[in-house]
Amino acid sequence: MVVFEKPKALTDAVLHYCPGCTHGIIHRLVAEALDELKITGETIGIASVGCSVMAYNYFACDMVQAAHGRAPAVATGVKRANPENIVFTYQGDGDLAAIGTAETVHSAARGENITIIFVNNAIYGMTGGQMAPTSLPGQITQTSPYGRNVETVGYPVKICEMLSQVDGASYLERVAVDSVRNINNAKKAILKAFRNQVEGKGFSLIEVLSTCPTNWGLSPEKAQEWLRENMIPYYPLGVYKDKYAEEADK
Amino acid sequence: MAEKVLMKGNEALAEAAIMAGCRHYLGYPITPQTEVAAYMAKRMPQIGGVFLQAESEIAAINMVIGVSAAGKRAMTSSSSPGVSLKSEGLSYLAGCDLPAFVVNVQRGGPGLGGIQPSQSDYFMATHAGGHGDFHMIVLAPASVQEMVSLTFKGFDLADKYRMTSMILADGTMGQMMEPVSLDMGEITHYDKPWAVTGTGGSREPNSIGRPHNIINSLLLQPEELERFNFERYARYKVVEENEVMYEEYMMEDADICLVAFGVTARVSKNAIKIAREQGIKVGLIRPITLWPFPKAVLRNAAEKVRAFVSVELSMGQMIEDVELATRCIRPVLLCNRTGGVIMTPEEVVAKIKEADEIGGSK
Repeated sequence: MVVFEKPKALTDAVLHYCPGCTHGIIHRLVAEALDELKITGETIGIASVGCSVMAYNYFACDMVQAAHGRAPAVATGVKRANPENIVFTYQGDGDLAAIGTAETVHSAARGENITIIFVNNAIYGMTGGQMAPTSLPGQITQTSPYGRNVETVGYPVKICEMLSQVDGASYLERVAVDSVRNINNAKKAILKAFRNQVEGKGFSLIEVLSTCPTNWGLSPEKAQEWLRENMIPYYPLGVYKDKYAEEADK
Repeated sequence: MAEKVLMKGNEALAEAAIMAGCRHYLGYPITPQTEVAAYMAKRMPQIGGVFLQAESEIAAINMVIGVSAAGKRAMTSSSSPGVSLKSEGLSYLAGCDLPAFVVNVQRGGPGLGGIQPSQSDYFMATHAGGHGDFHMIVLAPASVQEMVSLTFKGFDLADKYRMTSMILADGTMGQMMEPVSLDMGEITHYDKPWAVTGTGGSREPNSIGRPHNIINSLLLQPEELERFNFERYARYKVVEENEVMYEEYMMEDADICLVAFGVTARVSKNAIKIAREQGIKVGLIRPITLWPFPKAVLRNAAEKVRAFVSVELSMGQMIEDVELATRCIRPVLLCNRTGGVIMTPEEVVAKIKEADEIGGSK
């Protein structure tokens, strides 16, 4: 009996991600959600610009590759064209929280019935380790070689906290993929974000704290520790908004 | 002959888009094209369509990409500064081989410029719509009727060639009212097997369906990207061979040839009447497609006339294409105003006389 196999919603393409990178885990969680909800055949994924740009090769559903930061606008177009389709974006921190901030905030404000998977690893991975909008204060990167100085370049952007103030957003949760327990929680959140869309519950965004061993200059194991010790205290895990749960409680 | 109605250019264009089967308008307000958005905001809900006011021109063109990727006809409209913002999306549309319909009701520039009519986005529309190797089909209406007919045609060409069709109008075309017929005939429907509509697998059993469609412009292998660009330009060649549109006016006996599009073509026709009363044989070639440009027509005209005058609302942009098309075998003069100013017929007549004097004998 097979007890653990590759999700059907992943193709057989070989992932290009660096050893120890957690994109692979997050891809798997998304694919498991598509499998469990049995929606791969009606789903359209929007890949963004960054390390996950080639996500279009890895998910078995129809895919569009969007310009840097524009995935929520492209998703809006796809969803408005065919509202019966399930539409998700898969975006990194530079894409979603820097160049695409307007598209992120306004797709939430409109309450677009889409699902956003936001991978936050506090660095620009694909271009080789530059400071991200989510890089931590003091974090050393290629473009903050003396550490992120908040006096001159400002503070990190906390997307879940920010979007929790937007009335149009339905479900916002921050998760991490640094441990089995957190991965299981991430799975539940991603599944719920897709189920929300199937049920027409509007805008869901899951922020996934992720590692970048290559550009952080750490081993995969040390990278998990760094995430736990540095990112989680700054970006606390948890549900930031759940409109339907709040209404059910009233 | 269908009944004519009196309509403003921008509103007539919007109604024509609806008649062409467009049910998705994504836009952002900017003068002098805002009537298109306002008209769509009223009309789309009446016919089950989607009107969406985006957070920016950038978001609007990317929503067009989404709708088009999903296989539906989509449009956005803007004016010069807004079209600059859309250039990223226009490049992606080309790289993804997606059809789209985009309207630029031009105003004076550069920068925030002004809000009066201009044709100074000619280069941007025909030569530099965005980064990379690509073209758009550029249509230049010179009447409210053509705002309608070229919109209908533009949607068809976009689907036919999987390209962006751009209406390059000036503020005059958008703002003026004329009687128009809205009878455009039947829509041609094109199969879109490439569209992302879901692979079609059913929930029970949990099947995935057909292999996935990917809409993408990233090609990291240089030879592959080169091959795609060559294939795209082979398609452009077909467009150049089959889709050139122009009007010839009083060219049979002309010694001087004016070249003008949009509102300056109308000014030119008035100037031709005055000049001919004064004994100068002058005609007009009006490109209706600015890309593909009517190169062969101008090359042939160069064998017959003594000089050309490019009449434009810019510092001289189309004139470069006139010089290229005619191989400079005749003098090409520029009659221009810019910044939102429109020349008078008398100013054009003065330039015709200048051309008549320096044009020499045939």
